[in-house]
Amino acid sequence: MTGVQKLRIGYIPLADAAVPIIAADRGFASAEGLEIELVREVSWSNVRDKLNIGLFDAAHLLAPVAIASSLGIGHVKVPILAPFNLGLNGNAITVSPFLYEALADAAAGDLTDPMVSARALARVVSARRSKGVEPLTFGMTFPFSTHNYQLRFWMAAGGVDPDEDVRLVVLPPPYMVDSLANRQVDAFCVGAPWNSVAVDLGVGRILHFMSEILARGAEKVLAVRGRWADENPDLLCRLLRAHAAAAAFVAGARNRDALTEVLAKRIVVSRDLIRRTFEGSIKVAPDGTVRTSDRYLLIGRKDAGRPDRAQAAWLYAQMVRWAQAPLSAQMLATAKAVFRPDLYDSAIAEAKSDLAGEPSDGIGAFAGPAFDPDDIAAHLSAWRIRRG
Amino acid sequence: MDQSLKIAIVDKNPIRAAILEDGLREAGHVHVTRIGDTSHLLARIYAVDPEVILIDLENPSRDVLEQMFQMSRVVKRPIAMFVDQSDTASIEAAVDAGVSAYIVGGLHKDRIKNILDLCISRFNAFARLQDELDRARTALEDRKVIDRAKGILMKAKNLTEDEAYVLLRKTAMNEKKKIAEVAQSVITATELLK
Repeated sequence: MTGVQKLRIGYIPLADAAVPIIAADRGFASAEGLEIELVREVSWSNVRDKLNIGLFDAAHLLAPVAIASSLGIGHVKVPILAPFNLGLNGNAITVSPFLYEALADAAAGDLTDPMVSARALARVVSARRSKGVEPLTFGMTFPFSTHNYQLRFWMAAGGVDPDEDVRLVVLPPPYMVDSLANRQVDAFCVGAPWNSVAVDLGVGRILHFMSEILARGAEKVLAVRGRWADENPDLLCRLLRAHAAAAAFVAGARNRDALTEVLAKRIVVSRDLIRRTFEGSIKVAPDGTVRTSDRYLLIGRKDAGRPDRAQAAWLYAQMVRWAQAPLSAQMLATAKAVFRPDLYDSAIAEAKSDLAGEPSDGIGAFAGPAFDPDDIAAHLSAWRIRRG
Repeated sequence: MDQSLKIAIVDKNPIRAAILEDGLREAGHVHVTRIGDTSHLLARIYAVDPEVILIDLENPSRDVLEQMFQMSRVVKRPIAMFVDQSDTASIEAAVDAGVSAYIVGGLHKDRIKNILDLCISRFNAFARLQDELDRARTALEDRKVIDRAKGILMKAKNLTEDEAYVLLRKTAMNEKKKIAEVAQSVITATELLK
């Protein structure tokens, strides 16, 4: 193979698109003989469809969409592979000032504890019901999204039924902040930087970083068609190496100026906001309260790039729990096989990260027993509130 | 042709939506509603209660429609995307044209195949029109710039209009540029020297 290989990669302008953006814009792709054309998209449905029919060679995609597409649920069945994890965590739950006050009044303890906040939500929900007030509305980004599952996991642990007690509605990320401001929704779960945008505008307050709900949550993946991967093993290998180099760049504290400059152009938000996101130093309230976490968005650290099949199994378990998919051993196997740590390992030779302090089940949920990726039934039976 | 179907068009571009609506009406569909404002989209769709929903791919609210695949209290009547596993060509043609179709559960695909085909051809026709319009606009702007540059050259070098144009064209050929680009340089230079 000679000459530069051109690749088209679709993405949604979010902080966790950093790795393909940096790979394309900071020379990591060209070092591998690749020329990446980044195509900005407006909806996850578009990214999925354009990847499926081959208009994109690869895409920045919600991890559950890659699994749903491979299982053929909700849509045409196209086997998708995820050989690189573009980020762990990065989402947050933001609530309106009004809902925050209500939760604070109902809370028995510290609201930064997700079990305390979920139980407070259950009290707010039942108080509203007994007064005959409309149920609360929560915005999330897609039916097959980590945002949907994380919101549901959190509130159900506190006794709130996400299908019966509240409304969960899909909203495109750029509309989230406006919808909170005009009270179309009372809260939302979305990726960076939109939570911070709401806080900066004084219309919302960040209740939880997603890393407080799950210590490790696979968020977006680099997705390719199974057939494309089979036909282009060398190209895929180079693409993965470019991504690994870009992820290391993203993680490097010394590169932060360059990182924020490139991302501010591609994502079109202020540099300051991008910087805070990657520093994990997040303003959570309009009064200026800052909460810090080195787990807010994990890219290029703690093995975040290596796909973990326990993550795929957890996402499939949520699809079963909320009746998006039936429980079957075959579907579980298919879901796990979407994540390809073997392809990652064969392309990328890197020193193992220090994983001391990481959860032993690879998930680290704030509630319930440790997750066993081979026993979805046990995971489901631990919960009273579920559909499947 | 099935004329009783209720069809909703979700498109922020009013011209394209009108072109599509006209096409559907010409084909005999009388129940066509346009939705331009996508705030509270689900509520708007429930008010129309369509059997077929057509949405442009530039619309971020496409993801909102995908929620209607799910059974939940928010969704009153589940719908599905119009996809036919055996007919990838029609999906590709639709995505290429920039449109997507959703149908209510149970509706046979044959009943909407011709609607989708019509939609694809109208979207493509609109894209061509838009392209021609853009080109016409550029040509008009170019003409204005060239006329101004000609005027400047006629005055400064005491040339006829034809001579001024020949000079612009010759310079453009020598510098491998478009005449309008050279004309713009003349205007810029004159403004700098004012």
